[in-house]
Amino acid sequence: MSMLSFEPKYRVRGGTLVGGDLFDFWFGPFYVGFFGVTTIFFATLGTLLIVYGAAIGPTWNLWQISIAPPDLKFGLGVAPMREGGLWQGITICAIGAFVSWALRQAEIARKLGMGYHVPFAYGVAVFAYVTLVVIRPLLMGAWGYGFPYGIISHLDWVSNTGYQYLHFHYNPAHMLAVSFFFTTTLALSLHGSLVLSAVNPGRGEVVKTAEHENTFFRDTIGYSIGTLGIHRLGLFLALSAGFWSAVCIVISGPFWTRGWPEWWGWWLNLPIWK
Amino acid sequence: MKLGIGTALGWVAIAAGSLLTIAMLSRFERPPIDSVQAGFRGTGMVENVNPRLLAALQAANVIPASLPALPAAGPKAGQVYKNVQVLGGLSVGEFTRLMASITTWVAPTQGCAYCHNPANMADDSRYTKVVARRMIQMVQHVNADWTAHVKETGVTCYTCHRGQPVPSRIWFNDPGPPRAGGYTESSFGMTHASAAAGDSALPYDPFTPFLQNADAIRVQGTTALPAGNGMGIRDAEWTYSLMMYFSDSLGVNCTYCHNTRSFGDWSQSTPQRVTAWHGIRMVRDLNENYLMKLHDVFPPNRLGPTGDAPKLACATCHQGVYKPLFGVSMLQGFPELAHPLQPAAAK
Repeated sequence: MSMLSFEPKYRVRGGTLVGGDLFDFWFGPFYVGFFGVTTIFFATLGTLLIVYGAAIGPTWNLWQISIAPPDLKFGLGVAPMREGGLWQGITICAIGAFVSWALRQAEIARKLGMGYHVPFAYGVAVFAYVTLVVIRPLLMGAWGYGFPYGIISHLDWVSNTGYQYLHFHYNPAHMLAVSFFFTTTLALSLHGSLVLSAVNPGRGEVVKTAEHENTFFRDTIGYSIGTLGIHRLGLFLALSAGFWSAVCIVISGPFWTRGWPEWWGWWLNLPIWK
Repeated sequence: MKLGIGTALGWVAIAAGSLLTIAMLSRFERPPIDSVQAGFRGTGMVENVNPRLLAALQAANVIPASLPALPAAGPKAGQVYKNVQVLGGLSVGEFTRLMASITTWVAPTQGCAYCHNPANMADDSRYTKVVARRMIQMVQHVNADWTAHVKETGVTCYTCHRGQPVPSRIWFNDPGPPRAGGYTESSFGMTHASAAAGDSALPYDPFTPFLQNADAIRVQGTTALPAGNGMGIRDAEWTYSLMMYFSDSLGVNCTYCHNTRSFGDWSQSTPQRVTAWHGIRMVRDLNENYLMKLHDVFPPNRLGPTGDAPKLACATCHQGVYKPLFGVSMLQGFPELAHPLQPAAAK
């Protein structure tokens, strides 16, 4: 199997976080590593648990299969397998697999001698998931506050959980998260269209350089953040979207029990116009 | 040190920002919180309760001590007193007890003279006496004919009045804040916080169309694709404003009645939605047949900004609680309010 040009640099010993040289080898094109093994273990076990849950559930319809968390009455304890215990096991497997994957990314980053940008960025997504199924349930006192694992059922949970606070668009962190999501897509579309335009010149013209790209944005909006800066900005916008998503759900319940419109009473009651 | 205007403005901005941040952060609540699960696990059908706020709410919703019941024996009030039109069938003892109770429920500081002319208790010259008589009839009507909503718990004067001559959470037709014409004229509440709708920027008067008139509340289509549903976004905003008011009035969230995956589907809704459905019809009935009919009895200072009579809605009784007074029935001690009484022979 031929190697890509950067692979010789990547296929070096060392840089592992755990286990020394034990799993420091490649399986075909894939790096294994200790965390590759744990990823496969947790992902396989978790998937089998979901299949088992579907088998003892009412349907094989992919859209409707749902692994629900325990009733609130079980609190932070362990629930019987068929009453939410399965959800607890799958949650452990999911976190095990996600965290293993992030650490495997970290090992690869160490082999390449680069920064931890990739595992950090992926870690924000994992953090958002952990916020939903661990941090918020811990703060509210029951695993039952986690969302069910099902394609439709998790959407129904999102809908009802949002309506528990009457109007979720008034959640200040939700406002920030939505704004960051929109902004990150805007930035990506601006950046992508710029790059595609620069590298796909008209017939008879040469490919444009970064200075040409800078000039385009300086002409149109008066500023160009630059070729490196746009990627830093993109990372910041995308991670902020995920981060504030986690914040917006963790404050709903533990730190606010009423309708979100009512939270803005601090603004409506400012002394200057009260 | 030379302080420029820019530096000064900078410090002002930092101070203002800090104050705003403090105001914002101090608005939040904190764990631990309590919850009530209302649906299958994992569906998100949950009521969230802050136990500190609940304790305050419970303290504010304690029923007053009732006077001891008196025997039904003896002469009837309608035979002993003049101009007893509604309660004439009670014994004098029962009648006097109810009058004293109403005083503590409705006019504890003002006393009997709030409604009665002390020189002639039978005199109808005070408007409050005419209103009170009609309100006693309304209470009897609610308890007798609207058990679909009030069940066996029922209502008494205290359910709304809470020791005040005018219940605190009544409503009038609301023409909205003054605004310029042109493009800003028809926003129906956009950009204005609506106190009725839980401080959201939804239409500020959801009462008039739905609880005075009987406009259609349902906006959701009954088919997967929006075929044949004439309701638009603006209609949905009015309905959502009303629903915000319901939630605010009962201290509950949307999932108390609805599974939000399909708001309109009765088979997925909670039993409470049926109770609420009857409540909406009850409120329309009481506004139309009791309160609005008293329009000419009220003095101008009791009327609304557009000259309409005061009206009731959910919060008038519920006052932020899912069951008024947390479901404690005062009616059991006052059976004379449970249904219209047989008139006694007048003296």
